[in-house]
Amino acid sequence: MTDELHRTDAAADAVGRDPHPSAGQPLLRIEGVAKAFGTFRAVDGVSLDIKSGEFFALLGPSGCGKTTLLRMLAGFEAPAEGRILLGGKDIAHALPHQRPVNMMFQNYALFPHLSVRDNIAFGLKRAGLARDDIARRVAEMVALVKLDGLEQRKPDQLSGGQRQRVALARALARRPQLLLLDEPLAALDKKLRESTQAELMELQRRLGTTFIIVTHDQEEAMTMASRIGVMKSGKLAQVASPRELYEAPRSRWIAEFVGDVNVFEGEFKLRDGHRLVIATREAGTLVTAEPREPVGGTKLAVAIRPEKVKLARRAPVSETGREAAINSLDGVIADICYLGGSTTYKVKLDAGGTVQASVVNSARLDVDAYSVNQNVVAWFTPDDCVVLQS
Amino acid sequence: MRKALRLSRFNIASLALGLAFLYLPILILVIYSFNASRLVTVWGGWSLRWYHEFFNDRAMIDAAWMSLRVAVSSATIATLLGTLAAVALSRGERFRGRTLFSGMLYAPLVMPEVITGLSLLLLFVALNAERGFWTVTIAHTTLTMCFVAVVVQSRLGSLDRSLEEAAMDLGCDPVRAFLSVTLPLIAPAIIAGWMLAFTLSLDDLVIASFTTGPGSATLPIRIYSEVRLGVKPEINAICTLVIALIAVVIVIASLASKLSSSQGESAAPL
Repeated sequence: MTDELHRTDAAADAVGRDPHPSAGQPLLRIEGVAKAFGTFRAVDGVSLDIKSGEFFALLGPSGCGKTTLLRMLAGFEAPAEGRILLGGKDIAHALPHQRPVNMMFQNYALFPHLSVRDNIAFGLKRAGLARDDIARRVAEMVALVKLDGLEQRKPDQLSGGQRQRVALARALARRPQLLLLDEPLAALDKKLRESTQAELMELQRRLGTTFIIVTHDQEEAMTMASRIGVMKSGKLAQVASPRELYEAPRSRWIAEFVGDVNVFEGEFKLRDGHRLVIATREAGTLVTAEPREPVGGTKLAVAIRPEKVKLARRAPVSETGREAAINSLDGVIADICYLGGSTTYKVKLDAGGTVQASVVNSARLDVDAYSVNQNVVAWFTPDDCVVLQS
Repeated sequence: MRKALRLSRFNIASLALGLAFLYLPILILVIYSFNASRLVTVWGGWSLRWYHEFFNDRAMIDAAWMSLRVAVSSATIATLLGTLAAVALSRGERFRGRTLFSGMLYAPLVMPEVITGLSLLLLFVALNAERGFWTVTIAHTTLTMCFVAVVVQSRLGSLDRSLEEAAMDLGCDPVRAFLSVTLPLIAPAIIAGWMLAFTLSLDDLVIASFTTGPGSATLPIRIYSEVRLGVKPEINAICTLVIALIAVVIVIASLASKLSSSQGESAAPL
C-alpha cells in the first residue's frame, strides 16, 4: 500500500472535499467487517462511516468484494468479524426482514406471478399496513417512478426500463432508512442509463434517503455519488469525493482504475521548495508540485491525466510560457483517436515513452488538428502531476 | 417470420411408420373395445356391450376403485415428500454427502422394478405388515417420489434465488418467503409431478403384484390374471377407459408445465 504518501488535508481541500460536512452520528458505521468464502477473503477488514442523506458508491472491479459487503448490509451474508451499526444499533447478525434496509437487486428480482401493483404492495402488506394506507402508498410510489397506467401489468409485460422502476418503487415503498442498489443500471442501454442516472439522483435528493450503490462503472459512480469508496481485493483502497478520487488518487492502481492516466516511473532526484524533481526513464526529468517528502524508497511514479497534457507545435518562447511548460516533452504524433467531443493523441516521446493527450474539439473545422508523424511538444504544469509510490 | 416446415417423402414415410408402430396396437385395442362379437379377433359390428359388462363386473370395478385410491394417495404422499426433498436439495445449506444423498434419491429411477418390489416385499414380511391397500400405497410412493423430486428440483433450479431474497428483504421470514413467492412459482411443477406419480402408480403391475395381498388386487393385476385365462373383449373396454383417463391426466400435466414455462422461467421437463 502507499499509505505513507497520504494526501494531506490541505492537498485534499485543494481538490474539493466531501460536500456533506460531518453532522453528528453517522447513520451507518461499518467496523472492521470481514467475510471469507473458504480461504478466499471476500471482504477483508472494511471500516466505513456513512452519513444520513448521503449518496455513496462502492466502486471496484468484479470480485473485489463490493457486492458481498452490500449483501452483508442487507443481511443475506453474516460478517465473520466486525460490527455493522445502523443508527447506533448493531445489525450485523439481524435477519433481512428485521432491518430497516431495503435492496434493489441487480436483475430486479420482480415477482413474476404478481402485478406491478402487488409487487410494490408486497413489502407494505408484510409491514401490516391497513388496506387504505397500502393503496395510497402504492399510488404514491407509482407516481414517483412514473409508472401510471401500468399497475395491472405483470413484470414480463414491461420493458427493461419499466422493470427497473418497479424494482425501485418496491424497494422504496417501505421507506427504508437505507436503500441498497446492486448495479441498478447495468441492464439498461447507454442512453436510458444516462437519463436514469439523473432521475435516481433527483429522487434521492427529493426523498433524502441514504443510498448505497454498488457499481463497477467508474463514470456511473462519479456522476451520481457524493462520495465513493474504491474497493480492491476486499479492502477499501480509498474513500473520497469523485473529484478527489480523480485528481488525487492515493495509489497508482486507483489512478488507473478511475479514468485514463499516463504513468511514468522514475526516481526522486532533488527537492526545490514545494517542487519535487523526478527523473523518469521514459519521459526525462519531470518537475512536480509535491510538498511532502517521499517515504520508503526513492522509487516514485508520476501520473498525469490525458486532458491535462497540452499539445503545441513548438515550445513557448516567453518567460511565463516557459515557466508553465516546465515539463515539456518533444515527440511525434503516433496515433489519433477521434471521439467526437474530444480527440486523443498518442505522442511517441523522443525520450522513449508514450504520452496520451486528450484535446477538446472546440472548433467544428479541424484547423487545430494534428496529423500523424507531426512533430509536437506535449507539456503540463507541475500542479497537473500526481506523485505516487511506484 | 417462421418458414413452413417442409417434409421430404422420406420424412413423411418414417414419421407415419413410427407413429403407426407406436399407436396402431392401441388404436386396434380401442376399436375392438366397441366390438359386438364375443371373439376378440372377429369383428361383429359396433356395440357398447363390453363397457356395460365391465360396469357390472363387481371384481373388476373393485380392482379399478382400489387402483384409483392407491394412485391418488400414493401420488399425494409422493408429491409432498418429493417436493420437500427437492427443496432441501436445491435450497438447503450445503451439507456433507449432499451429492450422495441426491444420487440415492434418484436411484429408484433406474432401479429395476422387480428389485424394488422384492425388497419391499421382504421388508413388509419382516415387519409382519398385513399386505393390502397401505403396502401398495407405500411401495408406489417410494417408486414415484423420485420422479416428483426430479420435476420440482429442475423448476427450483431455474428459479432465481434473488426472488426469495427479495421477499425476505421486503419483510418475510424465510418460511413466509417460501410460501408467498417460491411455492406459487413452483406450483405448476408440483401439479405436473403429482400427475406423473398418479399415472405411474395407476399402470404399475410389477411392484403392486409383489406388495399387494389377497383380496386387494389393483386393476393391472386383475387384468393380467384375466388375460392369462384368455383375452375377453371386456379387457379392451377397460383398457380404453384407462387410456382415456391417462390421456386426460397427461394433457393437464403438460398444460401445467406450459403454464409454468410461460411465467418467464424454463419449464419443468415432462
